[in-house]
Amino acid sequence: MAATSRTPGTITGNRGLQIEEPLIFEQGTAGRTGVDLAEPVPREDRLGGLAREGEIGLPGLSEPEVMRHFMRLSQKNFAIDSGFYPLGSCTMKHNPRLNERLARLPGLADLHPMQPEATVQGALELIDSLARWLKVLTGMEAVALSPAAGAQGELCGMMCIRAALEAKGDARRRVLVPESAHGTNPATAAACGYDIDAVANNARGRVDLAAVKAKLGDDVAGIMLTNPNTCGLFEDEILEIAEAVHEVGAYFYCDGANFNAIVGKVRPGDLGIDAMHLNLHKTFSTPHGGGGPGSGPVVLSGGLAPFAPLPFVVHGKEGFRLVEHRGRSEDEGLSAIGRLKGFHGQMGMFVRALAYMMSHGADGLRQVAEDAVLNANYLLAGLKDVLTVSYPGPCMHEVLFDDGFLEDTGVSTLDFAKALIDEGFHPTTIYFPLVVHGAMLMEPTETESKASLDQFIATVRGLAAGARSGDAAKFHDAPKLTPRRRLDETGAARHPVLRWRPAPDKAAE
Amino acid sequence: MRYLPLTDNDRQAMLAAIGVTSIEDLFADVPAAARLEAPLDLPDHAGEMEVERAIAGLAARNLSPATAPSFLGAGAYRHHLPATVDYLIQRGEFLTSYTPYQPEVSQGTLQYLFEFQTQVALLTAMDVANASMYDGASACAEAVMMARRITGRNKVVLSGGLHPHYRETAATFARYSNAEFAAAPPDVEGVEDLGAMIDGETACVVVQNPAFFGHLGDLAPLAARCAESGAIMIVAVTEVVSLGAVRPPGEMGADIVVAEGQSLGNPLGFGGPYVGLLATRDKHVRQMPGRIVGETTDVDGRRGWVLTLSTREQHIRRDKATSNICTNSGLCALAFTVHLALLGSAGLKRLAAINHSVAVRAADVLGAVPGVEVLNDTFFNEFTLRLSKPAGAVADKLAQRGVLGGVPVSRFYPRESELANLLLVAVSETNSEADIAAFAGALEALL
Repeated sequence: MAATSRTPGTITGNRGLQIEEPLIFEQGTAGRTGVDLAEPVPREDRLGGLAREGEIGLPGLSEPEVMRHFMRLSQKNFAIDSGFYPLGSCTMKHNPRLNERLARLPGLADLHPMQPEATVQGALELIDSLARWLKVLTGMEAVALSPAAGAQGELCGMMCIRAALEAKGDARRRVLVPESAHGTNPATAAACGYDIDAVANNARGRVDLAAVKAKLGDDVAGIMLTNPNTCGLFEDEILEIAEAVHEVGAYFYCDGANFNAIVGKVRPGDLGIDAMHLNLHKTFSTPHGGGGPGSGPVVLSGGLAPFAPLPFVVHGKEGFRLVEHRGRSEDEGLSAIGRLKGFHGQMGMFVRALAYMMSHGADGLRQVAEDAVLNANYLLAGLKDVLTVSYPGPCMHEVLFDDGFLEDTGVSTLDFAKALIDEGFHPTTIYFPLVVHGAMLMEPTETESKASLDQFIATVRGLAAGARSGDAAKFHDAPKLTPRRRLDETGAARHPVLRWRPAPDKAAE
Repeated sequence: MRYLPLTDNDRQAMLAAIGVTSIEDLFADVPAAARLEAPLDLPDHAGEMEVERAIAGLAARNLSPATAPSFLGAGAYRHHLPATVDYLIQRGEFLTSYTPYQPEVSQGTLQYLFEFQTQVALLTAMDVANASMYDGASACAEAVMMARRITGRNKVVLSGGLHPHYRETAATFARYSNAEFAAAPPDVEGVEDLGAMIDGETACVVVQNPAFFGHLGDLAPLAARCAESGAIMIVAVTEVVSLGAVRPPGEMGADIVVAEGQSLGNPLGFGGPYVGLLATRDKHVRQMPGRIVGETTDVDGRRGWVLTLSTREQHIRRDKATSNICTNSGLCALAFTVHLALLGSAGLKRLAAINHSVAVRAADVLGAVPGVEVLNDTFFNEFTLRLSKPAGAVADKLAQRGVLGGVPVSRFYPRESELANLLLVAVSETNSEADIAAFAGALEALL
């Protein structure tokens, strides 16, 4: 490909509002700082001869230079604030700014995690309120709030299951994981020391009840099932699956990544689920932040509750208190699996999620699920005659297509996704789940308007027509209008450059 | 409801376009027995003003370190955050963007993560770093698993100067593995001999510098002992500002460095979210957990960034992945990166020097209070006091007097009666001479 064919032809390499920005390490002046700090009072040091000598190598920049640098970087990002993310299984919904304001209240943001409990009663009550909302919404008996993100929630839930089995002297080896599961599920089961046994989907895109039954036995510790599943479908035999799992003495772990489809409509506790994590950054709108931080509370059945990790909040005689160590009774953490992270959990995310739930209320959360499902089915209805629907609807909060409609066009799912970028949309989730060929998984969420969906449908229809009319070159070339075009990921992995280093001549100085 | 764009007319039109009459038709796959018919025992929706009032009411019932002299540390530290940091992390393009799996529309996130990785490598004096972990404690637990993969061994030696939460988290993560832990007893004065605990079966030794109790140590002899036995030396740092003044782990022979990055850019926030740092040597890169950003070029030959080496990760490798981790601490890493970009080498060194100088002053003033003994010969900005009375009760009474005067060691080691009178005191640039005097005065009155 011609190396300079698409460069803008300007002296700077900039194109109007799209401004090139070097690394901070390629800018600045040694010795400068963007923070004014008083001269330290000279005192004899107590560093015991371990003072840092030599240069650290960080660049020196003023505040305006730092501001401009990061502003320019921000302008190279797609974001839910500025555009539609039809990203399946990721629940990219609107992030209310009220939640940001409340998380920054000095009475919350400035609290130290190890203050005396008497000085943080409001914070502990907030945690307790969040716990209550989550327990009522899920119909579960207990919730462990400390897991830092969904994958850690899975680890927590599966460890509780293993601990419960071992407490009964019942060591088991296998965990059943459907082929359509998120990658974190098998990785988590492996981290708990289990062998993973994959379960096939049936022709209807669901976990096959007969296949589950055939694999169940007294060496099965549990099943990890996502519901609604990653094909965007409700597991309609879930009650039978739960019954069969429990019949052999195994536990039912549910991946709650897709809880947005059923919040306020279905309680996991009514489905026979023993443990399920909730991604607060999905269903409960805490911002994704370019990949984190998340928060992954795990709701637990009464049978698993004694194994919940430390710490947790309890009501004491003198208000709320934290149980931070294994105590003498199960209420005091006697059987707890231990600690999963430092301190008490992702408090900043708790504040945001609670504000979101209070804003919606019980009535609004039910509407969230209904609108999320309605929006996904509207996409399905608007696209089913031009794309290839993997499984017949209705779908839940997301709809799965495969690449059948691209057969013989020379256009791949990846090409199609990249063409969406030039049209101003974030791509759909692609090549996941693994159970269909060239997957395109679309999740609009409830916070997209009908006009937004109509525009997206019209765009996808236009692109599908373009692909079928033989315009493959346009797709191979996409995206053309982004700060960078397709990047060489193979080269990046083959010759990893994972940090900036000074040019060799400069390093020798 | 203000977050929901669909009107009832929209909903009717959309149901008609779908070809159903009611929303319930779309939930037809949910078994009847599983449908929630009864109303939830939760309040209905509320306006912005009402929600703000309720949560502000809870916030008002806490004693904020912003309004009281505060000397709390033990793994989380209060520092001044430049206004620019919070402004930039609230840019919607950073705050509300997804994981940068589509690099063409994520160059902003990818570039700052590449800068973050470089900053972490420079601070720790290591070769490479990943794009962040949940926090210091979980990064430490991941490092232990990484060391076991590298060495193929199972014995893990934990220093008595390692933060108890890090010790407990490492043990939890390895609960269902064949790891064997040898945890040294709490090492209040920095006199333990970890070398004697290392043998040919040792996968790694985990030490902290500055240690949990505040003292500093030259880790080079331990590194030599580890190298001799083929063990990995993991160094934990809970206060990253110390790296502006104290010899970095990479210059003392560390193989893996883990750290809590909260001190730069991130508020105390009652314990999270924070940002875990994990750095190592080039040769161990492929055993690292978590996301990593790498440099590459686009089809036009221009430099750009992508997530790389993802064949280590769960979304590709599933049960064979190096870790089950997926989410990182992206936005907290941005806050760290912006704060450190503002500071630069000169600012960080000065910030560290101020912290140390004020801590020296506080140690001298507090040490002169009758009934108080400073146990540290060396420290950066945190040290341990032995009081003449149990520290837990003293800390509670100090709070009643409006002073958040240190963290009692008993909060971490409730059963070790010999530690009951110990108080961890952290000092930073936010502490004034008046704060120190108020703390000393209150202590004197209580002891």
